[in-house]
Amino acid sequence: MSVYVDIRKKAGSFTLDVKLEAGRETLSLLGNSGCGKSMTLRCIAGIERPDEGIIRINDRTVFDSEKHIDCRPQKRGVGYLFQNYALFPNMTLLQNVMVGAERSGTLTRAQRRELAMRQLAGLKLEGLENSYPSQLSGGQQQRAALARILVSQPEILLLDEPFSALDAALRWETEQLVRAAIADFPGTAILVTHDRDEVYRLCDRLAVYRHGCIDTLGEKWELFADPRTANTARLTGCKNLSRARCEGDRIVAEDWGLSFPLLREGPWTWVGIRAHRFLPGRTEDGFSFPYRITNDIEDTFSRILQIQNADSPDSALIRWETDKETAAALPETGWVHFPGKELLLLTD
Amino acid sequence: MRQLGQIIAGFDWSPFWISLKTGIVATVVCFFLGLWAARMVLKAGPRLRAVADSILTLPMILAPTVAGFFLLLLFSLRRPVGAFLYNELNIKVVQTWLGCIIAASVISFPLMYRNARAAFEQVDPNLIYAARTLGMKESRIFWRVVLPSAGPGVASGTVLTFARALGEFGATSMLAGNIAGKTGTISQKIANVIKDGDYVTAGIWVGIMMVIAFIILVLFNLASGGGRHRHSRW
Repeated sequence: MSVYVDIRKKAGSFTLDVKLEAGRETLSLLGNSGCGKSMTLRCIAGIERPDEGIIRINDRTVFDSEKHIDCRPQKRGVGYLFQNYALFPNMTLLQNVMVGAERSGTLTRAQRRELAMRQLAGLKLEGLENSYPSQLSGGQQQRAALARILVSQPEILLLDEPFSALDAALRWETEQLVRAAIADFPGTAILVTHDRDEVYRLCDRLAVYRHGCIDTLGEKWELFADPRTANTARLTGCKNLSRARCEGDRIVAEDWGLSFPLLREGPWTWVGIRAHRFLPGRTEDGFSFPYRITNDIEDTFSRILQIQNADSPDSALIRWETDKETAAALPETGWVHFPGKELLLLTD
Repeated sequence: MRQLGQIIAGFDWSPFWISLKTGIVATVVCFFLGLWAARMVLKAGPRLRAVADSILTLPMILAPTVAGFFLLLLFSLRRPVGAFLYNELNIKVVQTWLGCIIAASVISFPLMYRNARAAFEQVDPNLIYAARTLGMKESRIFWRVVLPSAGPGVASGTVLTFARALGEFGATSMLAGNIAGKTGTISQKIANVIKDGDYVTAGIWVGIMMVIAFIILVLFNLASGGGRHRHSRW
């Protein structure tokens, strides 16, 4: 059970140049919009044709530009979940899901109906089988789209920002059902998203995109702990990034006017600190600096402080997120520190 | 008044039936040809699409007599195609009801084609992609997914095509002529009786045409969804 992708495609503002492999796991593609992650899925599904390269699904070559193989999307065995659900508006939910059951081509109408009904019930859509898509909520539509895909028994699942059109409550509910479906699914699942929390909850491995190429690729916990590049740090949610240069055994964060001990040698050009890693007080290990609060924004359950290096009035603002009690006790100026291993050492 | 009674008593309804039959047959022909052409053009590359689109739309832009001229060039018994059809297949187009249908079809075809194309372009491409990844055959996708989604646009195109075919005059008079009871359509009848100064008969036919046109417009509005918008905008 695997997917192998090695493709190149010119697409308007960028050139997609991607090499990926995924086994029986959930792989997530994370990136800004228009960076090529959806394009990758569309190429795998056969909706778009790469300029050159190879795509293999479970050791079956479905695309090979040199051997002139270009398998039709109908024959690729791919389940594609669209952001806008793509349910057929002229068919009821049951009819929509029954279309999925047609793929094998051997089932009778009654068997397809039975299969579709069971799948609908499994995704908590019983009683809605005779409704039309326009009569349903976004969450119900996305579940129906998932039912339609699962009933077609695909070899791989491609999920293209499946929750981004849903509001927060439906999003969570739908995500739980999708998570359960992925867990039961015997093949590879690839999820495209720009939400790092979704990535962390749903996936095993992560590929971060940058202008059509893969910036970093690795286990999710590994990449969240050490993002390696500034782009990956930003996409995994790091709010504080500064250009940096190494000077002997210290690293200078230029935008902040600060310097810290260098714990690990490397060609670092950026440093980052996650906003929730700061703690009040001064330490002797060199990972602390004097701050001045310039903005204090109250969030729902936390406080977002924008602080500045007190010794350098022109330096860039640093974001510090903390609980409301801690924030309330903080003086206007003082010292702040963070664990030295939380200083992300990054390259371009 | 007595004169009107006399006219109605001895009224020749044949132009009505000829126009109606021509309109229906031409609409059926254009419906399938138009859908097919629209589908083919949307499949083609951008350059071929621009050229094909222009050629297919030409009959709508040209004066019908220009189209009639080309049709005569093609089907005249003294020309290769017309002679072949007549000698080999015993099919005569000029001065026959077949000529009426061909003239009406050629002139009204662009209405069907353009409406169908616009309607297809409005269909969410993700629906087609979804159908493909689910394993649906292309022809089934067209009839079960694309056509129903494009329904209102296709329906209004069909109605307009019928209206145009029903009232066709220029190309029809050149290709099919005006043979009473055979190729004499309503439009030609009106032109003919006006030539003789018979304004009463012309008036009756004009009235009939206007009633038909009104009914068609109501159907058009219903087909294009005008009757389905519950919320008034203004």
